[in-house]
Amino acid sequence: MPHWGKIARRSFLIGATAVAGGVAFGVWQYRRDLPNPLEPGEDEVALNPWVIIDQKGVTLIAARAEMGQGVYTTLPALLAEELDVAWDQIRVIHGPAAQAYYNAGLMSHALPTTDYDRTAWQEMMVEAMSILPKMIGLQVTGGSTSTLDAYDKLRQAGATAREVLKQAAAQRLGVAAGALETRDGRVIAPGGVELSYQDLAEDAARITPPRNLELRPAAQWKYLGRAMPRLDMLDKVTGAAQFGIDVRLPGMMFATVRMNPHLGGAMNGFDASAALAMPGVERVIDLGNGIAVVATNTWLAMRAAEAVEIDWGAAPYPATSAAMLDVIRAALDDPPNSTLRDDGDIASATSPDDTVIEAQYSVPWLAHATMEPMSAAAHHTGERLEIWTGSQAPGFAEEAAAKAVGLDPEQVRCHVTYLGGGFGRRGESDFVVLAARIAAALQGTPVQVTWSREEDMRHDFYRPAAVARMKGILRDGRAVGLDGQVAAPSVTRQSMARMTGNPPPGPDKGHVEGMFNQPYAIPNYRVRGHLADLDVPIGFWRSVGNSFNGFFMESFIDEMAIAAGRDPLAFRLELAEAEHAPSAGVLRAVAEMSGWDAPRAPGTAMGVAMTHSFHTPTAVVIEVALRDGAIALTRAWMACDVGTALDPAIIEAQMVGGLVYGLSAAMMEEISFENGAVVQGNFTDYDALRQHQMPTVAVRILETSGHIGGVGEPGTPPAAPALANAVFAMTGQRIRDLPLNTHLRFVG
Amino acid sequence: MVRQVTVNGSRHEIDLPDDVPLLWVLRDALGLTGTKYGCGVAACGACTVHIDGQAVRSCQVALADVWGPVTTIEGLGQPGALHALQQAWIDHQVAQCGYCQSGQIMQAADLLAVNPVPSDAEIDAAMAGNLCRCGTYPRIRAAVHAAARAVQEG
Ligand code: FES
Ligand code: FES
Repeated sequence: MPHWGKIARRSFLIGATAVAGGVAFGVWQYRRDLPNPLEPGEDEVALNPWVIIDQKGVTLIAARAEMGQGVYTTLPALLAEELDVAWDQIRVIHGPAAQAYYNAGLMSHALPTTDYDRTAWQEMMVEAMSILPKMIGLQVTGGSTSTLDAYDKLRQAGATAREVLKQAAAQRLGVAAGALETRDGRVIAPGGVELSYQDLAEDAARITPPRNLELRPAAQWKYLGRAMPRLDMLDKVTGAAQFGIDVRLPGMMFATVRMNPHLGGAMNGFDASAALAMPGVERVIDLGNGIAVVATNTWLAMRAAEAVEIDWGAAPYPATSAAMLDVIRAALDDPPNSTLRDDGDIASATSPDDTVIEAQYSVPWLAHATMEPMSAAAHHTGERLEIWTGSQAPGFAEEAAAKAVGLDPEQVRCHVTYLGGGFGRRGESDFVVLAARIAAALQGTPVQVTWSREEDMRHDFYRPAAVARMKGILRDGRAVGLDGQVAAPSVTRQSMARMTGNPPPGPDKGHVEGMFNQPYAIPNYRVRGHLADLDVPIGFWRSVGNSFNGFFMESFIDEMAIAAGRDPLAFRLELAEAEHAPSAGVLRAVAEMSGWDAPRAPGTAMGVAMTHSFHTPTAVVIEVALRDGAIALTRAWMACDVGTALDPAIIEAQMVGGLVYGLSAAMMEEISFENGAVVQGNFTDYDALRQHQMPTVAVRILETSGHIGGVGEPGTPPAAPALANAVFAMTGQRIRDLPLNTHLRFVG
Repeated sequence: MVRQVTVNGSRHEIDLPDDVPLLWVLRDALGLTGTKYGCGVAACGACTVHIDGQAVRSCQVALADVWGPVTTIEGLGQPGALHALQQAWIDHQVAQCGYCQSGQIMQAADLLAVNPVPSDAEIDAAMAGNLCRCGTYPRIRAAVHAAARAVQEG
């Protein structure tokens, strides 16, 4: 059922424990489901430390899935708001450094075990794949229903630490804690006596922390809600930022891989003699379903890899995308995997005078095409394997690498570098595993493994192709019925099978999100999901199921509005107002920003779309113009309701980035298969929106929803339908199959 | 054969085959990894550097063909002595993942060198070859304008 209402927060307890020279504060995590979670037994909980105050000062421990720039800005800001230390004085550690503070119990808790229900697992995967961990780390899928809310957790930890430090000072000074204040990392007593937090840290470890402290209201915030300078910027404009592809170690060799383009197929044999005779080539390594070339230079390795003669085995799926689409279309007639919304009674909703419309849609396979191709550096010394890479899921990567080379996970360490774009691709571990295997073959010699762009594009975990069959019932200008069916291979099932060996049973929510859970009051509203069985590697792609369902749903809502003779924005607004005020709010905002109700500028047209995803309703209006028979995107307006805007500048950037990602796919991206292999190989045939095609964009951030919403993904789903709807308004052509440039020409 | 190249004011002897692209000379032989590999076919601009002050795609220039001194992002400006564009990039918080940004900045530097006050359309035309998968285009445009102003105002 719809779930855009209030999100219940699970209660959690902030605890404290002594560490060398100080005290750690954090959240108690339950090791298993407890009969009474508020009174767990001694060995049933583990402290997940967030804050350590010791002789070095204040250190923030960032969770492993939350790596990246936001770790250095927003997370300290959250803590600083309550702890009364300057945010830039807080030391942040994460990744391997933080691992020291994690106990084994906690790690196993973070792994896919049966205590996680499928939904929690999905949420976790979405979080791991999200573009945001590298951008902000916090406002990702922020208001996640299934996990403790980091936003409250860190502020609670800060408040708890502050009060405990005050009590420690009160005891030492013999005054009441209520008489003390905190400022700039010190406790201040009446009369001007000051004690630093460091000084009090060891005493603080002996004090039982208070529970459920009142947090400071937003009006008192000093850091949150403002655009904070991102500390990674300097490195990124001087070329100093080190990405996975940039790791250089003494004595390093450079390698590349060439894996079977028939994805999942075997390698029957190869002849490397020509490659081995090429300059700089040191070795050709048999990887079972492909080869690696090791050389003194990446380019020499790439060129030699092309020269290896390889006899590839066939792929376990149909040879062409056309044949695959037939399989997906046929799934629409299979019994549904899910009917996650079934309001009213769609089967008997139609009256004789109603207008009934039907339409079918399709979207193609998509690659992630991160700007940095897959890459990882690795060094295998026999007992240890060190890896440097931009992983969105380093814990999984370590596990997978360890298994691949026969080490224990404790012997493997994955250092997370900057990521040259993730979008979900770097949540997979395939590129890390290959680097680990090559390093194992070169034992003792560090190696940088860089994929060519072609290898990257042809060996992705693709956004699946998907189709929809939609039916709408209209009466007196209003929507009385919507019946949607979606068919595609299941990302959730395949990803989970890949990581745990077991595809989850039951309804796949991710498959239909963006269609079943939209905030529209349509009395008869049914959505069914159908799973197509295809063995093409697929994975999480920015906004996941919303990326296709947003297009299907919001294109069809537009068709319903037109069929009802209504203005598309007013039609949506009426449906949203009755169901979810924040969603209505973002529609009203883009109407106002774009001047939707005013006459259009001559020669232009506008389209609108709204998708509620990751707890953030986001509306987009796009204006297009015709230039010499080609469509130009001139202006765009976006409004999102994130509940609480932690950093407006980051939110704005993420919204625009999400829009560009969605527009690029809608306009021109398609992965197709011929002879069992992906056709496209580079930006020459899989391009993206460029500067000269970019509309101006205005973003408005609303804060009414009552919970923290995600920002990295919600900008993507409404992009394609808003543009397709604008194209319809401009040309009268309703395009139901993406990409749009197979039907029309864009200025380019 | 061993060839000499001058990069950011320093001379280097490079012992690599003549056809190795400058990009891979910089990245793998000289460890100047600020210049990025994105496509290898002149389609993304991530590898943009200057030769003799002119923006080129270093993935397309063979070692033997390097016709003048090379400037990379590391040589354009450093902390404490940033190029106006680098400062504008920071002021406008342009980068997201950051991977494309060395190339964007080197391309923009070439633009400002020949056209100190470019219009939106001129920025679009000059920057069309530089992809950004993170979609930082609006901030790039704003930062180029800001840098142009800063240089004009001295
Ligand atoms: S790597 Fe040279 S243009 Fe893309
Ligand atoms: S900032 Fe990521 S590709 Fe441009």
